[in-house]
Amino acid sequence: MLPEAVEAVSEAMREVGNASSLHATGRRARRVVEESRESLAFALGARPSEVVFTAGGTESDNLAVKGIFWARRATGRTRILASALEHHAVLDAIEWLVAHEGASVTWLPVDRDGLLDPAALEEELTDDVALVTVMWANNEVGTVQRVRELADLSHAAGVPFHTDAVQAVGQLPVDFAASGVDALTLTGHKLGGPLGAGALLLGRDVACTPLLHGGGQERDVRSGTLDTPGVRGLAVATSIAVSRQPDTAARLSGLRDDLVKRVQDAVPFAAYNGHPDRRLPGNAHFSFPGCEGDSLLLLLDARGVEVSTGSACSSGVARPSHVLVAMGQDETTARSSLRFSLGHTSTSEDVDALVEALPAVVERARR
Amino acid sequence: MKLLAAMSGGVDSAVAAALAVEDGHSVTGVHLALSQAPAALRSGSRGCCSREDARDASRAADVIGIPFYVWDLAAEFQASVIDDFVAEYAAGRTPNPCVRCNEKVKFSAVLDRALQLGFDGVVTGHHARLVDGVLSRSADIDKDQSYVLGVLTPAQLAATVLPLGSFTKPDVRSMARARGLGVADKPDSHDICFIADGDTAGFLRSALGPQPGPVVDALTGAVVGTHDGAYGYTVGQRRGLGLTVPAADGRPRYVLSVEPVSRTVTVGPATALDVSTVVTDVPVWSVPRSLPLQCSVQLRAHGMVHDCTVSAEGEGWSLALATSARGVAAGQTAVLYDGDTVLGSATIRSTA
Repeated sequence: MLPEAVEAVSEAMREVGNASSLHATGRRARRVVEESRESLAFALGARPSEVVFTAGGTESDNLAVKGIFWARRATGRTRILASALEHHAVLDAIEWLVAHEGASVTWLPVDRDGLLDPAALEEELTDDVALVTVMWANNEVGTVQRVRELADLSHAAGVPFHTDAVQAVGQLPVDFAASGVDALTLTGHKLGGPLGAGALLLGRDVACTPLLHGGGQERDVRSGTLDTPGVRGLAVATSIAVSRQPDTAARLSGLRDDLVKRVQDAVPFAAYNGHPDRRLPGNAHFSFPGCEGDSLLLLLDARGVEVSTGSACSSGVARPSHVLVAMGQDETTARSSLRFSLGHTSTSEDVDALVEALPAVVERARR
Repeated sequence: MKLLAAMSGGVDSAVAAALAVEDGHSVTGVHLALSQAPAALRSGSRGCCSREDARDASRAADVIGIPFYVWDLAAEFQASVIDDFVAEYAAGRTPNPCVRCNEKVKFSAVLDRALQLGFDGVVTGHHARLVDGVLSRSADIDKDQSYVLGVLTPAQLAATVLPLGSFTKPDVRSMARARGLGVADKPDSHDICFIADGDTAGFLRSALGPQPGPVVDALTGAVVGTHDGAYGYTVGQRRGLGLTVPAADGRPRYVLSVEPVSRTVTVGPATALDVSTVVTDVPVWSVPRSLPLQCSVQLRAHGMVHDCTVSAEGEGWSLALATSARGVAAGQTAVLYDGDTVLGSATIRSTA
């Protein structure tokens, strides 16, 4: 977490006050919330009234997908279009709607680099579509989609467009208005802010049925007493992450390109996954054919190098990633894959340590 | 030594890992995810396989202070244990899935991978003694698991550490409490772990489908009932036969044999269940001995021990039992003992 965000959260935690209360203490809390809303909106090219504070990315995704679906179902549109490599917060929400709420879904295919072809979306945009949801940048392989183009196509067909931009904010330029999207998910802990604080940027004219009913605190779309310290920490971290984004991207992509080149030199059979150019600056993703990803992780962890297989999961079991399978990999290759994430604390020494450890580790993990 | 601790989430494997650390070993914990679709919470008396059990194992590793990972072995478990279990029943034999799991998964897939990754061996919470590669019964005779480990080869035993052999279950629970392990009072597991409700016949019925056939009286040759699948019957079984014709002598009848090809279940009096000779498939010796050999044999988990004479029969053993055994089915494992020491094991092929 950014030190400035820690400071902002701590400061706000020392103040009591419910931002919905009418007395002086409540007003002070309300002021913190509204100033946070304004600074978050400013940082992301949105209007303050378009910011719906939530408890994080999963809630924002669920609210957008279910809420927009429910609102549109009344007009007889029940089909959801989604990319095949969505995060589980979107994917499982859609599958639940299909199982319980009369939705149908069409998973839009991606190519070997994880990129969605806008023509494939256009083909599916018939008059039964409730919404389109395509993540801005993928959490595993880092591929960045053509969001503006996809949103324009959806609008031409009169369909609202949601994007999960959890990975994108702070890493890529993200401007809500310029992107043309109707709903955008972000979360605090991916950009140096607190855990459990996120937001859905939701266009003023986008109908969305609430998930949480109660006091209607957030535009009647989301109820619950606002977490003032969390909201403040999220806004502070977002402002800083966005202002530093050009520098962050330049530094991380330089480090990443060095990592990629040196991994390929050290392990010539390693296959680089994802798009060569359209990708998150801090993301590198490789398959090591013949190795078990779990074994690579254990051996690297023992040498102080922390990497991921697939995405973190509640049981701690690494299943073959649906993202890699959607990109055309077989299960065995998918299981041989590792993600190397670089962040604001990563240094060239970290890359040195990885490249030094990797050849012996790969040799040992080969079956 | 550098050891990999297999941690089910139960108290035994947690204490075993802790004792290995206290003995100065460098220990890494792994939980084996054996179910393709693990339930969130444990149910019944299953001892593993739910996400709650994975979390219990993870918390124990935290308390012990060792690295911890989950390995997905669901595909190996399905192929080596569950599919084998179904195929064995379909072939009219009675398998022991825990024996198969130890043989094919825990001390094979896991041990192989541990050795490959640079570990010296595995440590588990089984209740059995293992000293210098020689396996023998636990100090807690009620919890003794030497029988289900009897299938291990000398090479597998050489790379295995069993820290619990000289302790009773109450000892293990109090050691867990003393170390602040939250699983100290977790209930023991009993049932077959992949049959959640304990309904083996129901599990087999859904796996194999209905395969109706006759129930035949061994003495008269008469058809005395019908069944939906011979796989639902085990040699020695008395209950649930659903016979429509009473026995001539009015005495209870038991399943004597199960013949999958003709789908015939043969029933008869208890005396016809008595077995005095057991013939096996190719054995695995953990302590090689020359034949013929006087020793004792255990024919099922928690079963009686019989004195016997072992002689060669083809590539397997022929066991002449000093006292007759009852309800011995093909597919079960025969484990030879010299006193408390395990000598070797083999799968039972036929009885007489």
